Amino acid sequence: MENMTAFLPGILSGLQMTLGVFFITIIGSVPLGILASLAMKSPYFTIRWLVNGYIWIMRGTPLLLQLIFIYYGLAMVGVPFTRFEAAAFAFIINYAAYLAEIFRGGLQSVPQGQFDAAQVLGLSKTQTFFKVVLPQVVKIVVPSFGNEVVNLVKDTSLIYVIGLGDILRAGSIAAARDVTLVPYLIVGALYLIMTAVVTVLLRASEKRLNVWR
Amino acid sequence: MIEIKNLSKQYGEKVIFNDLSLTLNDGEILSILGPSGIGKTTLIKTLTGLEEAQSGEIVMDGREYAVSDSAFTSQIGLIFQDFNLFPHLTVEENIMLAPLTVKKMVRVDAETKTADLLAKLGLSDQAKLYPYQLSGGQKQRVGIARALAMDPQVIAYDEPTSGLDEKATDQVADVMLTLKKEGVSQIVVTHDLPFSKKVADKTFDFEKEVAR
Repeated sequence: MENMTAFLPGILSGLQMTLGVFFITIIGSVPLGILASLAMKSPYFTIRWLVNGYIWIMRGTPLLLQLIFIYYGLAMVGVPFTRFEAAAFAFIINYAAYLAEIFRGGLQSVPQGQFDAAQVLGLSKTQTFFKVVLPQVVKIVVPSFGNEVVNLVKDTSLIYVIGLGDILRAGSIAAARDVTLVPYLIVGALYLIMTAVVTVLLRASEKRLNVWR
Repeated sequence: MIEIKNLSKQYGEKVIFNDLSLTLNDGEILSILGPSGIGKTTLIKTLTGLEEAQSGEIVMDGREYAVSDSAFTSQIGLIFQDFNLFPHLTVEENIMLAPLTVKKMVRVDAETKTADLLAKLGLSDQAKLYPYQLSGGQKQRVGIARALAMDPQVIAYDEPTSGLDEKATDQVADVMLTLKKEGVSQIVVTHDLPFSKKVADKTFDFEKEVAR
């Protein structure tokens, strides 16, 4: 029991780090993903080509490799990122690529008639996007978006590779010191609690959005 | 009064219509007849700015406009064949959206106007419902209310009776005739001859009168 109190502070500060990466990724990748999905529909070939290349690289290579590359690789060419900045940057651009694909699917499923109706009523392109298209896209993408958010909770554990102390790392240190699996059990339970909270919140928003069809 | 002169539209090599001219007097219902696929809908889309025409001119109340001038197209309200109501908004929100965002109308005024329109079209009980909860005829009337909320000079209907049963068709006809009494000019594209006979003051036979 005294061991428990010995590693709790470590786990708590690890939890802070995990949640920090989690929230900064959500805040950064959602708008970036929306922008990228709109850019994929751009009339300019160059823009579509660039965005598709970006998404190909982000989805086609491991996030672990991207983390290493952004932290160690960019430091070598003189781009000084702190560990946390590197982690935030890597996670945001990686998740934005996945979200862009999800939002693109959502945008495609809004019928042309909705755009026509908005245009005939005199709505501008921006008004059409925010008042007519986006609310419909949100409803369509909530389930797949939820899937990505649950993945993100667990993917945050990859930041150990650039020396950041998240909960998994705190658990490993405690487990190695005391030669016990208990810290891992606690860490596992914390991940389950976090994903459960995410799941409950997303189910609730799905339910709210179900007032219309 | 609206005069459309020498309107031409083509997709690449394919000519949809050439030198089309027609006149719509104030408070008149003009019915545009013709078989499917002949370009009736394209004509109406051109008048509402959804499609661009190659050439033509429009005179409305003595003023000349270019074909795709938004000062003209914004004066034409369109009722779509498949309604195109906004599914995420209630009936009253559907109607208020454009007055609030485009005309920047004060909310209280928009609400009063919407309530009046709903009462006129017999939809007051449906104000808080979402489009999926409505019948086809009710959706049609919401579409009409949504267009009327922007006070257009002309209301255009694209095949308003397709997919409606006899009773709903009669209701649409009644609404059109009521609007006519109030002086609203209307254009209706249809291949429903009995319906056209019931509402139209004059007809325009697309097949006979349009050069292609």
